[in-house]
Amino acid sequence: MDLIKISNMLIPFVVLFIIVYAIRKKIGIYDSFIKGCKEGLELSISIFPYLIAMLFATNILVKSNLLDNVFSFFKPFFDLIKVPIEILPMAVMRPISGNASFAIMIDLIKKYGVDSYLGRLAATLQGSTDTTIYVLSLYFGSIGIKKIRYSLWAGLLTDLMAIVISIVLVNLMF
Amino acid sequence: MMNKIWGAFIVLGIVFSILTNNVELINNEIISFPNEILDIFLSMLPLMIIWSGIMNIAKDAGLLDKIAKFMSPVFNKIFPDIPKNHESLGYIASNLTINMLGIHNASTPFGLKAMKSLNELNKNKKVASRSMITFLVLNTSGVTIIATDIIAIRGMYGAANPTQILLTTIIATIVTTVFGLTVDRIFYKLRGKKDGFD
Repeated sequence: MDLIKISNMLIPFVVLFIIVYAIRKKIGIYDSFIKGCKEGLELSISIFPYLIAMLFATNILVKSNLLDNVFSFFKPFFDLIKVPIEILPMAVMRPISGNASFAIMIDLIKKYGVDSYLGRLAATLQGSTDTTIYVLSLYFGSIGIKKIRYSLWAGLLTDLMAIVISIVLVNLMF
Repeated sequence: MMNKIWGAFIVLGIVFSILTNNVELINNEIISFPNEILDIFLSMLPLMIIWSGIMNIAKDAGLLDKIAKFMSPVFNKIFPDIPKNHESLGYIASNLTINMLGIHNASTPFGLKAMKSLNELNKNKKVASRSMITFLVLNTSGVTIIATDIIAIRGMYGAANPTQILLTTIIATIVTTVFGLTVDRIFYKLRGKKDGFD
């Protein structure tokens, strides 16, 4: 598929473009790279606590099976609005942790098949939105923001929209 | 807010597992957690470091300023509070570009730099500014044009056509992003001014 080729070329092309551009501007690229890497290392270490905190809490919630039980309880309601309950744990995890929802997506693909309705829905959902709570805690935490104002609600509403639109689109297009 | 979310996850999880007699699952989770988190951290660490290095080259070469200038007509509309050609716009543009290519961990260094840079414009350093929230919404709506990682996974599990979900992903991401920006604007109009922070 040509699109795979294009997507495989993009990253190398971005790197090549930046390096060639910098050489033409006569920048000491090696020193610049090292300096950036040092900053990146410090940055990574400084975000590590946020990563631990988020994943620790999320994993406990996921492993407790609380979400699955809640969704099973409301199954008649979700059937009524044509939302498959199998997707719901992933839908809830999507705004919280990209790693967790990615893992659930792979489970769904393994269980129902990559070209099944659920497999496609999971892939679309994973691709159509990003982790609100993780990004929020990381980005705001790293600069010491204490008052996040309406950002959580704006982010979560956006995620809800992503879930709704993914279900609608996959129903329409496949 | 993070206090409440974080606490609720842990308390709900543990209490529910005790009630359903499944507490050993949580026990195993807490014991195996260090390995798991280390795996995740170690797998994203080199990626973050490499992209920080590449970002620094782009910055030293003046490429980020160029991108910021190029994007400024659009960004002026989305971020009315950021001055023209401000450094943060370059980081924001780079962060969004890398997200569009679907390499999310690589975009984190740009995102953090963007936030730091936005905080320099911020009047009250402990309170999220309007621009920060807009940037956050753009980030969480996850503007993805090519979901590289998902295509790879679909290929791995033998999809007849791994890129088939590209169209649904792109439409979903566009609708979500427009919706997110609208919600952000509405929230700002309704609550932003009342909060009185910017």
